[in-house]
Amino acid sequence: MAASESMTRSVAGEAARSRAAEFLLRRHYLRWPEALPWLIAVGCFFVFPDRMTFGSQLLIMIMFALSLDLILGYAGIVTLGHAAFFGLGAYTVALASIKLGWTEPISGVFFGGAVAGLVGIVVGWFILRYRGLTLLMLTIAFAAMLQEGGNIRSDFTGGYDGLPGLTFDPLLGHFQYDLYGHTNYWYALAALAVVFFVVRRIVYSPFGQALTGIRENVRRMHSIGSPVHRRLVTVYAISAAIAGMAGALFTQTNAYVTLTVFDFDASAKVMVMLILGGTGRLYGAFLGAAVYMIFEDKLSKMSPTFWQFGIGLLLVLAVMFARRGLLGVGDTIRRKLAGRRAP
Amino acid sequence: MSHAANIVISILFDGLAYAMFLFITSVGLSVTMGLMNFVNLAHGAFAMVGGYIVVSLTRSLGIDFVPALVIAAVLVGFISVPFERLLYRRLYKATDLEQVLLTIGLAFMAIATFTYFYGPIPKSVPLPHWLEGDINLGFRAFPSYRAFLIIVGAVLVTVLWYAFERTNIGARIRAAVDNRRMAESVGINVDRLFTLTFAVGSGLAALGGGFAIQLFGLTPYFAVLYLVLFLIVVATGGLGSLKGTLLAALVIGIIDTGGKYMFPQAGNFFVYLITVVVLLIKPAGFYGRE
Amino acid sequence: MTAALEVKGLNRSFGALRVTRDVDLSLEKGARHALIGPNGAGKTTLVNLITGVLKPSSGSVLLNGDDITGWSQAERARRGLARTFQINQLFRGLTVLENLCMTIGERDGNCNNMWRSAGAKRAVIDEALDRLEALRLVDDALKLVRELPYGRQRLVEIAMALAQKPRVLLLDEPAAGVPSSETHLILDVVAALDPDIAVLIIEHDMDVVFRFAREISVLVQGAVFTKGTPDEIRRNEKVREVYLGQEHHHG
Repeated sequence: MAASESMTRSVAGEAARSRAAEFLLRRHYLRWPEALPWLIAVGCFFVFPDRMTFGSQLLIMIMFALSLDLILGYAGIVTLGHAAFFGLGAYTVALASIKLGWTEPISGVFFGGAVAGLVGIVVGWFILRYRGLTLLMLTIAFAAMLQEGGNIRSDFTGGYDGLPGLTFDPLLGHFQYDLYGHTNYWYALAALAVVFFVVRRIVYSPFGQALTGIRENVRRMHSIGSPVHRRLVTVYAISAAIAGMAGALFTQTNAYVTLTVFDFDASAKVMVMLILGGTGRLYGAFLGAAVYMIFEDKLSKMSPTFWQFGIGLLLVLAVMFARRGLLGVGDTIRRKLAGRRAP
Repeated sequence: MSHAANIVISILFDGLAYAMFLFITSVGLSVTMGLMNFVNLAHGAFAMVGGYIVVSLTRSLGIDFVPALVIAAVLVGFISVPFERLLYRRLYKATDLEQVLLTIGLAFMAIATFTYFYGPIPKSVPLPHWLEGDINLGFRAFPSYRAFLIIVGAVLVTVLWYAFERTNIGARIRAAVDNRRMAESVGINVDRLFTLTFAVGSGLAALGGGFAIQLFGLTPYFAVLYLVLFLIVVATGGLGSLKGTLLAALVIGIIDTGGKYMFPQAGNFFVYLITVVVLLIKPAGFYGRE
Repeated sequence: MTAALEVKGLNRSFGALRVTRDVDLSLEKGARHALIGPNGAGKTTLVNLITGVLKPSSGSVLLNGDDITGWSQAERARRGLARTFQINQLFRGLTVLENLCMTIGERDGNCNNMWRSAGAKRAVIDEALDRLEALRLVDDALKLVRELPYGRQRLVEIAMALAQKPRVLLLDEPAAGVPSSETHLILDVVAALDPDIAVLIIEHDMDVVFRFAREISVLVQGAVFTKGTPDEIRRNEKVREVYLGQEHHHG
């Protein structure tokens, strides 16, 4: 087909062609604004040395939100039960440290992630055949079952009182945990960086592209031969593993875990954070989690009622006017400014 | 009467009362979701608001419990109309996620507002003397309140069934749930139909909320706590199906009550288990359309 | 010689409504077969049954001799069965180029790759661009699909089906919704299709049908009313009756 056409290829066509190719070839390159969140994270250590406990929890939340972005923002799976995997990772690490004497932190995180990921494969295989309300209810029910199940065996899990006083080995055999949470902060930051690197690669890969296709038009994906269910289960499992790792870090940095990690509230909160920042953008997780947690820290102490009202109002306004979250608002502003500058 | 039989009867009775509460509150959600495919997570808030209206009417205005229930239902039914017209209508074409987020946001706002005005402590309602105490049926006594709820529920089931199956409007609603585009092309004004069903459904939710005060205690968080339960009833029953909502309400009501009697530490475990089992076998619910 | 596509005794009911009745159809390699019939005859339903969107109540579908009746849509697509939809089913939020790359990526398994970037496989991009050039869509390569006029979107729809390297191609009203000034674009593409591909086209426009088809099946109320060459169909009185008021021109 191309043979006869190539002889009539115009110069303009050639230019359009190479421009198009370049766009796709270059898309995954790192751009300099991407360094910003990391510089800020490092900077915070020096500017707010006394808020490092809060900082670690924020980094863990970002990781959790990132895991949700993979399935919600890229694959379009709507779930209100992702806390199930966060909780699985959290409890795996806690129970491993108590029952198996497994107190090495880094391998513990991988272990927590692996358990959550495996459960994610099994659960995903069953429930991802469905969409809409059915899927939503299945995700809610699964997380709730884990929580209630954990309560039934509260002898094992410590119930809602939880498992306090967990101990873990120093990081890499050397860095001790300190009262100010400095070690934890760097630990969480390093973990987040590694996870982010992996997620970013996945998102820019052909697999990531296929996920976008599934989200945009699943009917089309079926008709071009895409193994949709297999792709969905795969990304669900990866997302579950990352959520599990975030949960594992949670237990390690708090030295404590309770069944509240499975709360419906927790699943809803991480979704709000992601929506706030903007889905399908990866950095939306950073922005959304940061904005949410900082405001929650300040405002909910002043008046929890106003905080709740504010979040509700924010959600309503976001859906009506800013469906792409804060990053989307930023895009619009940038576009308007660029439009104004052009003659 | 043997001990075991006594327990079984207690479970059935309490379960039936619980089921009636679930049915009354959820039926509106099922029909509106089946009709408009709109995920309304603020439905629990309507129930909560209904409950608080009953509280205010009975405590501050001295109105009797039963008239207060009726007034609350009618009031909430009316209030829901501007919500549907001005807000929900814009989102019928939106994605599931957007509908979820908007309605959760509304629910949060409602909870916060009512916490501000009524405080977080559970409220109770003064009941007329004929609803306190028991009814003695000879072989055993039954709490009057729950018996009343069961009777009201049964009456509503009958009325709704009649309205659905035998009236013109009911036929139109069923047609629109079945195939909206075809219904519209036959000249059925689906928009107006939806506003009507939404108002009635919200009014019924308010009624359920009013009944809930005595059963569970009323706090603003009621809106979200029981929302999951309503969604479960709707999802397992099948969207837009009266039969399905009733069946699901009965199954969940009785099994949950039984489960809590026999394994109190299991909490809501059995409800979630039923949900998963039903949805995996029949993803559209008992009587839902595939 | 095994038929490229064969449909035997295909039936489908929705409750009491029988939408497809005992349909037999056969496409040999390189076929140019048109499926016509009044609105509501069940043409798209038949295509949905062939591609696996719907499961038949009874009957079988064979692709190159293999019984694919129980296969999923994706499996059939991977074995060389491609279709276009009556209403465009494209990735509207993505660029034209990405739409094609997605199709090619899924076809040759590139989309299983989670690690290397989507742009790394130069061959995929090159093939996508070649195909766009063949349909004169290169200039639109970086435009979002939803920014294109409907007629050009329809071309993208066909480009994607062709990018699957199909052995059997089902076109569901390819010119539907396209303004008359642009229909020739679609028709030129259809006329220039690879002679080895077996093509089934659903169409209402009789000009197109008589120009394109070597064999025509007429579907009425879910059953094959009659089958024949264009001349036979043109002369068939009963067909004209069935089409009363729906023909564009006759004779």
